[in-house]
Amino acid sequence: MTVAVRVIPCLDVDAGRVVKGVNFVDLRDAGDPVELAAAYDAAGADELTFLDVTASSDARGTMLDVVRRTAESVFIPLTVGGGVRSPGDVDVLLRAGADKVGVNTAAIARPALISEIAERFGNQVLVLSLDVRRTAEQPGGRSAGQPGGRSAGQPSGWEVTTHGGRRSAGLDAIEWARTVAELGAGEILLNSMDADGTKAGFDLDLIRAVRAVVGIPVIASGGAGAVEHFPPAVAAGADAVLAASVFHFGDLSIGEVKDSLRAAGSPVR
Amino acid sequence: MTSVVVLDYGSGNLRSAERAVARTGADVTVTSDLDAAAAADGLFVPGVGAYAACMAGIEQLGAGPVIAERVAAGKPVIGVCVGMQIFFDSGVEHGVETKGLGLLPGVVSKLDAARIPHMGWNTVEIPDNSEVFQGLPADVRFYFVHSYAARDLDLLKSAGATVTTASHDRPFAAAVELGSLTVAQFHPEKSADAGYAVLRNWVAGL
Repeated sequence: MTVAVRVIPCLDVDAGRVVKGVNFVDLRDAGDPVELAAAYDAAGADELTFLDVTASSDARGTMLDVVRRTAESVFIPLTVGGGVRSPGDVDVLLRAGADKVGVNTAAIARPALISEIAERFGNQVLVLSLDVRRTAEQPGGRSAGQPGGRSAGQPSGWEVTTHGGRRSAGLDAIEWARTVAELGAGEILLNSMDADGTKAGFDLDLIRAVRAVVGIPVIASGGAGAVEHFPPAVAAGADAVLAASVFHFGDLSIGEVKDSLRAAGSPVR
Repeated sequence: MTSVVVLDYGSGNLRSAERAVARTGADVTVTSDLDAAAAADGLFVPGVGAYAACMAGIEQLGAGPVIAERVAAGKPVIGVCVGMQIFFDSGVEHGVETKGLGLLPGVVSKLDAARIPHMGWNTVEIPDNSEVFQGLPADVRFYFVHSYAARDLDLLKSAGATVTTASHDRPFAAAVELGSLTVAQFHPEKSADAGYAVLRNWVAGL
């Protein structure tokens, strides 16, 4: 396989503004998602992900305007997630200029949504976002499928969560990954809620466990804090790596992450 | 000024195609008007999603004959992604074979690879006589996102086509140039400066 490992910055957008603070050099307005998107494009990002964290539905129009303005000026793929509940929502985002659409909670509530979107727009538009945490009984470091790694929480030791990891969806995460791939998801954005924010590295066991059950691309997310954290995620089976704050605050650059991947023998753009 | 029509037949990220072609300096119109499609210096055929749905859109619009006449008359046409695949004899998706435009020989079939969709930036093998890849470095990468491809490279070459290949476990046609017809499996409109260079070369030849 010679396809390059993708390095993807993720921007949280609320009512048309980037939130969670951005400290990117040489920007006139660091809160403007369009300007930040252009800066990441120039820095060599392989794709961009906008997560619309807007709570109220009346601000959706603002997000569409952001997507439109980004697609005007940035010529790399753009994924937009957050609040997508129907094929109609997907249609509106694609028409605004999104290339792919992230789906999370609505698919948990109604899995048929995945096949409805895939049939109408093709698998490739659907990025199924998965917020996963380890269930209580599972000791760290054991991967799914090992006899001793099973817990009372979920058979694999990982569960799906909603509401930013605060609420259990009552689903086995590895089983859910297998299901969404069968239903027609084009790729999985795999976010470890345990690793998220720790800057201690990706949850490699989780990546391996999901990789073992799906043939679609997996984007690893959560826990990146240093350039050394990225090659192991790829070795564990990730096709792409996503991070937010470490890029936004300038802790790491896209170029440094790519240098690290290249040094480890991975193809990069 | 060079005119390009992006054909609106209900498929594809039309806005991205429009913006990317406009960046080359061409005068771009997005329309389903077949007279405009016939008259333009260049015709851009986009396409995403299912093969059958794209062909249904082409047929509903009655665009097939206009596209075929352009190709026969040596007037430039470019097809991208599924907008490339529909130029072949047929496409097979989920066991269903759909007849294509038949302007390129062969069947579009599922990739034979461990990881499907093939998603991301891949390298290509560019033949010396390619026009649209002129001036690009050998290690250039383009953005692909697809599960199906034209894979009978010998058949294309024996028809006299210039075939640029890519490999995702196994080789497939990344781009084909035959007469006035150019098709690309990758998305030039989403391939940053590399894609821009391809579109600029294409527009320069109009």
